[in-house]
Amino acid sequence: MSAITKVSGKAVTVAGNDIDTDRIIPAKFMKCVTFDDLAEGMFYDVKVNPNTGELTEHPLNDPKHAEASIIISGENFGCGSSREHAPQSIYRSGFRAIIAESFAEIFYGNSTTLGMPCVCGSAADLAALSEYIDENPTAEVTFDLEALQASYGDVTFPITMPESARSSLISGKFDPLAELMENMDKIEATAEALPYI
Amino acid sequence: MGKTLYEKVWDAHSVGTLADGRTQLFIGTHLIHEVTSPQAFGMLRDKGIKVKYPHRTFATVDHIVPTDNQASPLADPLAEKMIQEIRKNTEEFGVTYFDLASGKQGVVHIVGPEQGITQPGTTIACGDSHTATHGAFGAIAFGIGTTQVRDVLATQTMTMEKLKVRKIIVNGELRPGVYAKDVSLHIIRLLGAKGGIGYAYEYAGSTFDNFTMEERMTVCNMAIEGGARCGYVNPDQITFDYLEGRPYSPTGAEWDKAVEGWKAFASDADAEYADVVEINAADIEPTVTWGVSPDQGISIGETIPDPANAKTEADRVSFQDALDYMKLPAGAPIKGTKIDVAFLGSCTNGRLSDFREAAKYLKGHKVADGIKAIAVPGSQITAIQCEKEGIDKIFTDAGFEWRAAGCSMCLAMNPDKLIGDQICASSSNRNFKGRQGSSIGRTVLMSPVMVVAAAVKGELADAREVFNVA
Ligand code: SF4
Repeated sequence: MSAITKVSGKAVTVAGNDIDTDRIIPAKFMKCVTFDDLAEGMFYDVKVNPNTGELTEHPLNDPKHAEASIIISGENFGCGSSREHAPQSIYRSGFRAIIAESFAEIFYGNSTTLGMPCVCGSAADLAALSEYIDENPTAEVTFDLEALQASYGDVTFPITMPESARSSLISGKFDPLAELMENMDKIEATAEALPYI
Repeated sequence: MGKTLYEKVWDAHSVGTLADGRTQLFIGTHLIHEVTSPQAFGMLRDKGIKVKYPHRTFATVDHIVPTDNQASPLADPLAEKMIQEIRKNTEEFGVTYFDLASGKQGVVHIVGPEQGITQPGTTIACGDSHTATHGAFGAIAFGIGTTQVRDVLATQTMTMEKLKVRKIIVNGELRPGVYAKDVSLHIIRLLGAKGGIGYAYEYAGSTFDNFTMEERMTVCNMAIEGGARCGYVNPDQITFDYLEGRPYSPTGAEWDKAVEGWKAFASDADAEYADVVEINAADIEPTVTWGVSPDQGISIGETIPDPANAKTEADRVSFQDALDYMKLPAGAPIKGTKIDVAFLGSCTNGRLSDFREAAKYLKGHKVADGIKAIAVPGSQITAIQCEKEGIDKIFTDAGFEWRAAGCSMCLAMNPDKLIGDQICASSSNRNFKGRQGSSIGRTVLMSPVMVVAAAVKGELADAREVFNVA
């Protein structure tokens, strides 16, 4: 695992609050035993008109955002089901960071473990970013996790994230398994002290 | 100063602090199902890692099982592949698995309590957001992602950040025709779908004290719909009575010791809370959702909100979006809205008491013409008990289909799905767009008795009027 201190890329807006994980990856795409083929289902019901089967006019379908690797959204992004299929499908579609007003907790943890930073910005900063991206789809947006700053064009604005997530990303320790396994003695001692194990 | 149950359980299960400042938390009980576990077992296999405490993980199959024809192999080859995979994984790694043939299979959050696996003072994790259900027993229970399922399998621990605790006190008696589900929808409506982010909810007050375990489970189940990763009720005699004699409950002298230990986990009278909310039970009405988020709820007697009256611009936009999707007129009464489907089941309301209560009123009535109505017990044990009591017969006589145990129409991973823009009166927990299997399908959440009232009338109805509940 390498350290993630900065993420840069083009961005696309998925407007709205409470974008739930059923939206991100409809359950019909979860009939699988690996995460390998999840990209196809990402935001499927948003991207495809259910009545006609044709692509909708959503920004995710807009060729001008084809190279986007950052998602901009609203409040409570990733709420609902705990399915890690949701961040996996986003990651496997080429996205490397999400900025929103706020995130649901389980989604947040799943994304961090994947090495996909989720950062929060104010509604006003996000609206300005979104508007700018719409007009300048090739603009580079950068999230600096050390300085906790986002930048695009000649604008910079502050971003926030829980310190634990930030430190795990910038130290490259966002996949915790190795560290958890180092503590086997302590794990066994904890188990021993619990009456029911 | 005293401690909350959350703090006591947290302290007892803390292994240590990790480099990023989070806690390494011991998970006493790990529940798994077929959808979110195969990738985790795959990761273990890739790394050559064994399951640390195989006897602390319990598996079942629920999301993908058909509720009509369960003959092997399953008709859907993808579903068959998933069931084969969980059989293989649990066998290879030595994990207890309640398969279709076990007589104990069902929705994972119904099976755990039924078997006595869910116990007070424990930490419980499952790759499923409705794990909060188990908090009804005074456990700290929460949903996790698949990578964390891997972590728990490999180490029986995971990284976790401590939550704040909000105490939600509901006092008094619920009025006739008002149920635990209404309490749940009412709380979410009041505090919002994201109001609980960063919190564990402690449900307290005389209403909860008097609730049965099944009612407590219904409310804890939907903690996540209010943004709270876990919700719990302090363990008491009702909890212990429920657990006594269940297959995995302690017995004999062990039982007495366990009960003493469990009692000590309950929140102290002088515990401090980050926040306290008080609700009067008598203020709660039979509640239904009108939108696409569980906090978009109103009582059955109210009118559908008009976006023009929304408090903020963001609310106005999301109200309008919800109404467009639901195809409901702003300002009109919600009562009388025609439905197409009635679904009674899920880990929120698929337990014996839900079917008993619904059957009590449904008896002698008929499902309205043209309505597809299905009743799906949450577990095989629930199904058998209902069948013993003749509850299945009441449902089938009324025109409901009586199905086999599973998640069914709560989500779209098995053949039970809405078609086109059908609108469903549902006892499940999520009214998200597309949740029930059609990307334009519509869900209205409500209590089981309200579901059967809607089925009988063919439209959203006040069960108290339909069944003369006084
Ligand atoms: S019944 Fe619904 S909410 Fe419960 S576990 Fe199954 S799919 Fe999830």
